[in-house]
Amino acid sequence: MKKLINSPETVLADALTGIEAADPSVRVDHVNRVIYRAAPKVDGKVALVSGGGSGHEPLHGGFVGYGMLDAACAGEVFTSPTPDQMQAATKEVDRGAGVLHIVKNYTGDVMNFEMAAELAAAESGVEVATVVTADDVAVQDSLYTAGRRGVGVTVLLEKIVGAAAEEGRDLAAVKAIADKVAANGRSMGMALTSCTVPAAGKPTFDLPEDQMEIGIGIHGEPGRHREPLASAKDIAAQLVEPILADADFTGDPAIVMLNGMGGSPLIELYLMYGEVAALLEKAGVSVARTLVGNYITSLDMAGCSVTVLKADDEILSLWDAPVETAGLRWGR
Amino acid sequence: MSETFTIAHARSWIDGFASRCDEQKAYLTELDSAIGDADHGANMARGMGAVRGALSADEPQALDALFKAVGMTLVSSVGGASGPLYGTFFLRVGMTSGAVDSLDGAGLSASLHAGVKGIVDRGKAEAEDKTMFDAMAPALDALDASLAEGGDLAAAASAAAEAAAAGRDATEPLQARKGRASYLGERSIGHIDPGAASTALLFDALAEALS
Repeated sequence: MKKLINSPETVLADALTGIEAADPSVRVDHVNRVIYRAAPKVDGKVALVSGGGSGHEPLHGGFVGYGMLDAACAGEVFTSPTPDQMQAATKEVDRGAGVLHIVKNYTGDVMNFEMAAELAAAESGVEVATVVTADDVAVQDSLYTAGRRGVGVTVLLEKIVGAAAEEGRDLAAVKAIADKVAANGRSMGMALTSCTVPAAGKPTFDLPEDQMEIGIGIHGEPGRHREPLASAKDIAAQLVEPILADADFTGDPAIVMLNGMGGSPLIELYLMYGEVAALLEKAGVSVARTLVGNYITSLDMAGCSVTVLKADDEILSLWDAPVETAGLRWGR
Repeated sequence: MSETFTIAHARSWIDGFASRCDEQKAYLTELDSAIGDADHGANMARGMGAVRGALSADEPQALDALFKAVGMTLVSSVGGASGPLYGTFFLRVGMTSGAVDSLDGAGLSASLHAGVKGIVDRGKAEAEDKTMFDAMAPALDALDASLAEGGDLAAAASAAAEAAAAGRDATEPLQARKGRASYLGERSIGHIDPGAASTALLFDALAEALS
């Protein structure tokens, strides 16, 4: 394992120190491992708390700031944060209008956020609503699995719902827009390589040089199936087709993200986006906004994912609203 | 031979589980690499290490307080799915044990059953979902059967440990229906469930504590 770390045990603590040193617009609670806005939101506005295992940067800490999250709870690498962290964050950011928890559908995240919401309601009386993202079409049968994983749409949701909260909408309205985004986004990912969790010291799975893994999540877990490495054009089709087969994206404007898993260079991500855009156009999907880059990563994994969100005028207007975070920044 | 499960047994159980999680860290992580996300060993070792620290800083004198401390420490230090699951297990074991310093066989069984029910409430697992439940349920069945036959606590715990290990091994041919392993579908077949493996360590530690 070759990594820019001091020791596997201190990766998260050391990274939080770096985030705080790099970005004066956030502050870090090193005990609870929560990243907050340095300048909290004004009273009366709904606050947004998300969090999850680390290793997906910039998600979630890089999306703390004006127009997106109020706090992000950082777990160990690929491990959900704990209820006490989430409860501390929830209590800290509440401005009297309630708090929305944004949770990716992974068993551990869901269970820990559930416990946190129970604790927060019982001990501090903060009103908590929850949205769970579950957009990964690689998981087909939700009856016999833990359900679809929450992946790329989480990035788009944090931006769009953050704007709605910034406008001063109440908790029910903020949750409604969150549910709408969660319901209308679909993602599909693939890997060219595995990733290496620092504490494990070796790649999570073996992927031979001439093979690729289709339908991966974001935690280095193996995907739906493995097959010989193909061209970008073929890979794009393997990502776009299951998304379009799962929901109808014609007739409405779409927001599309071509996301890198952390180990693929931007030139390849743009190349992939070109292939994805051509396929979407051919399928009659009208792309209104795009995002290309590393937004929800899986450590050093090479590969990418595609997320398509069916939007409308309201969602586009919230998407275009000003945002000022380390990971996304425009209009302000 | 033990007729009662005392607070000393409880401490020894927890300490033995912590040692096993630490010793078997690489093994648990290797199992988790195959069908999960390669962190179960590190998480359990970290969590049980924190439990050791918490129990040495504060020495609870009643079973409810001791198991509550174990459960809360796990919930706040493990993360993942294992944190809430093992945390809920020990919290429920403590609630059912009550403010006593020992339990008889029936009392221990009732407490463990409450713990397993907590895991089912939290994780919604059923038999053969390829989870820790597949090691826990047979362990409790074996414990109850041994007690019903008039076995002492040592024999009952030993039977539970054997059944948990068998339950762990029996997860190998199963297709996972819960947790991250479920995303693998048929590819989860042929691997032992890491949660069932740590549960086998839990009952092995209980057997040693009561031997």
